Amino acid sequence: MEALGIWNYWVVVLLMMIGLYAVIARDHLVKKLIGLGMFQVAVIMFYVSMGKVTGGTAPIIPEDVPAEGVLYSNPLPHVLMLTAIVVGVATLAVGLALVVRIREAYGTVEEDELQRMNGAGS
Amino acid sequence: MSEHLSALIVVLPLLAAPVCLLLRQPTLVRIWTSLVAWTCLILAWTLLGRVETGGTISYSMGGWDPPLGIEYRLDALNAYLLVIVTAIASVVFPSGTILTGTSLPEGRQHLYFAALLLCLAGLLGISSTGDLFNVFVFVEITSLSSYTLISLGKDRRALTAAFSYLVMGTIGGTFLLLGIGFLYQVTGTLNMQDLAVRLPDLLQSRTVLAGFAFLMVGGSIKLAVFPLHQWLPNAYTHAPSAVSAFIAATATKVSYYLLARVIFTIFGAAFVFDALHLHWLLLPLALMAMFAGSLAAVFQTDLKRLLAYSSIAQIGYMILGLCMASEAGLTGGIVHLFNHALMKGGLFLAVASIVMRTGSSSVAGISGLGRKMPITMAAMVVGGLSLIGVPGTAGFVSKWYLVVGALERGWHFVGILILLSSLIAVVYVWRLVEAAYFGEPEHEVCDVPWNCWLPTWILIGGTLVFGFWTEVTVGGAAAAARAILGVTP
Amino acid sequence: MSVKPPMRMREKVLLRVASQVFIPLILLFGLYVQFHGDFGPGGGFQAGVIFAAGFVLFGLIFGLEALQRVVPLSVVESCVALGLLIYGGVGVSCLLRGGQFLDYGVLDHHSSMHGQHLGILIIELGVGLTVAATMLAIFYAMAGRGRT
Repeated sequence: MEALGIWNYWVVVLLMMIGLYAVIARDHLVKKLIGLGMFQVAVIMFYVSMGKVTGGTAPIIPEDVPAEGVLYSNPLPHVLMLTAIVVGVATLAVGLALVVRIREAYGTVEEDELQRMNGAGS
Repeated sequence: MSEHLSALIVVLPLLAAPVCLLLRQPTLVRIWTSLVAWTCLILAWTLLGRVETGGTISYSMGGWDPPLGIEYRLDALNAYLLVIVTAIASVVFPSGTILTGTSLPEGRQHLYFAALLLCLAGLLGISSTGDLFNVFVFVEITSLSSYTLISLGKDRRALTAAFSYLVMGTIGGTFLLLGIGFLYQVTGTLNMQDLAVRLPDLLQSRTVLAGFAFLMVGGSIKLAVFPLHQWLPNAYTHAPSAVSAFIAATATKVSYYLLARVIFTIFGAAFVFDALHLHWLLLPLALMAMFAGSLAAVFQTDLKRLLAYSSIAQIGYMILGLCMASEAGLTGGIVHLFNHALMKGGLFLAVASIVMRTGSSSVAGISGLGRKMPITMAAMVVGGLSLIGVPGTAGFVSKWYLVVGALERGWHFVGILILLSSLIAVVYVWRLVEAAYFGEPEHEVCDVPWNCWLPTWILIGGTLVFGFWTEVTVGGAAAAARAILGVTP
Repeated sequence: MSVKPPMRMREKVLLRVASQVFIPLILLFGLYVQFHGDFGPGGGFQAGVIFAAGFVLFGLIFGLEALQRVVPLSVVESCVALGLLIYGGVGVSCLLRGGQFLDYGVLDHHSSMHGQHLGILIIELGVGLTVAATMLAIFYAMAGRGRT
């Protein structure tokens, strides 16, 4: 039962695999991007859950109260993820912009049709 | 001010990119971009000199000392890489829109230059930071701007190529992030030097092993190591020519640096090669890349795709140098970084000139161009000879060191295979020569003006110069190899 | 029976009135998150997105043309650049005052505490400006494309 105790990892693994499956198995480019987003979110969840300290409180040190013996959660992973979220948003924006232009150029966003239109071997 | 150079070299292109948005005027933006690239080259050269005389330069961002703060750390390898990247940038950027052939409408050209500068800033950032998470951020800056740049190709297939690169690149980047997370979880630090101190006691941990695996796979996707190279041919083929030249010559080099840094500085060669025996995985992949890449190049009908497959083979040579984990082998790998950047950059620019004149980049299309465009085609031939590794060109120098490294390790068969794969390179280079000099001319064209062939010849001329004058390239590479192996001369 | 063309959003009284109430509140809340970031949860990223959401809502209700009359694309692009330059400018001015890049402590002569405050405030302003402008730029790029 020890393995079930670290359930946050199971969530992360599950989300990651669902995302990766969507990227590989779906033909629709927007669905691929959604899968990619889930894939990234899984890693963000991983970092965020990593920063949690059991029994820890928000890492804000009050000016007047002495802060001896108080257990704080680790804020660093959250701060890192702020950057990773921005990266994710930027990737999604570039990806969607590409999808829009692909649709304008090809008239479709289904990968198998795109491959057929690009010709075999390219 | 001079102690801030290692920060300024990244900050300058990063801040120059938004200025492009404000300037807007195409000519003005072009001059501005070139000026920035040249300044960066001067900065990089100064830094290299300073590292050579004064040893490692450490710079703490925001006044927070490492390992808490973000550290920019330059040793012989970083400085060498900075010079490669900025040198290629300062040759490719001025070629501007004449050679690029982007699909951007009139009045939006400045966005292309902004993306180029961002890409440069990302590459310089990866090469100079000493903080693992900062590496991830710069990897993504580089990747995002290169997706954009690739999608600017005139052919609509540039869009699908950029999209599949985006999917692959994001998966690679996320793997890097996950690997960094595992290492942070175990050690509680993101600073590379600090990691190197803390990791040796924790190498038995499965988390560290998983982190290492994710970092290696993520880095290999970005580098396009053999089975993970699928995105590369399409991306290089359909991108605007100048973008192909810039990315082919710099982006893979920086990813190679990242892998070397992870293996040698963070985990240490003893763990990676003696305990994990990673070379028995990387060596076959490198050899397969050399042969599969070269063989695929032989059968290509498109010049840019031919060069792209040849790039995959060349990445194989570099990985080969990495697996040897000896001074000679790594020197070979690193000097090949430099030489390959010169020849691929030059060759892609030559193709850019051909595309500009004939309108296509097919191998059949260069028929007879040896007489019509003598300057460009001569550059192509010299670059091709350097790809083969003919003595007197830069390609020979790096292959020489790789063979020496292989023999030193007692891997005689690897030495022979390097020579054999070079023979395949003879085949695909000969196809170009045959078409260009023995075919009948199809196009009535004249050679490109001097401002188009000059960038090509600066790079191609470089391969000739550094084929004889190896003091700078090999000397710098050997210093870099010693720096990451931790050997004191 | 004739088919009536679908009503445009600005013709719907409820949407128009509700959005007129909400848009100023959203913008105000954006500013609050921006400047309260010192003392509580908040900061440039969140504020920028909230601020841009106000404009996007305006664009959804009153149409893209109306929004582009309020904030033309060139202004948006300049704001993206300007925000980044504010950020970098703070870093460079730290250099000029003798500190490391982005070392806010040197921004104030008297106490490095004040300098830190000032530095992070201006930095977040730059971040907020860039994020808001980028969000709008993405909205323009996507919404401007017709369904062809």
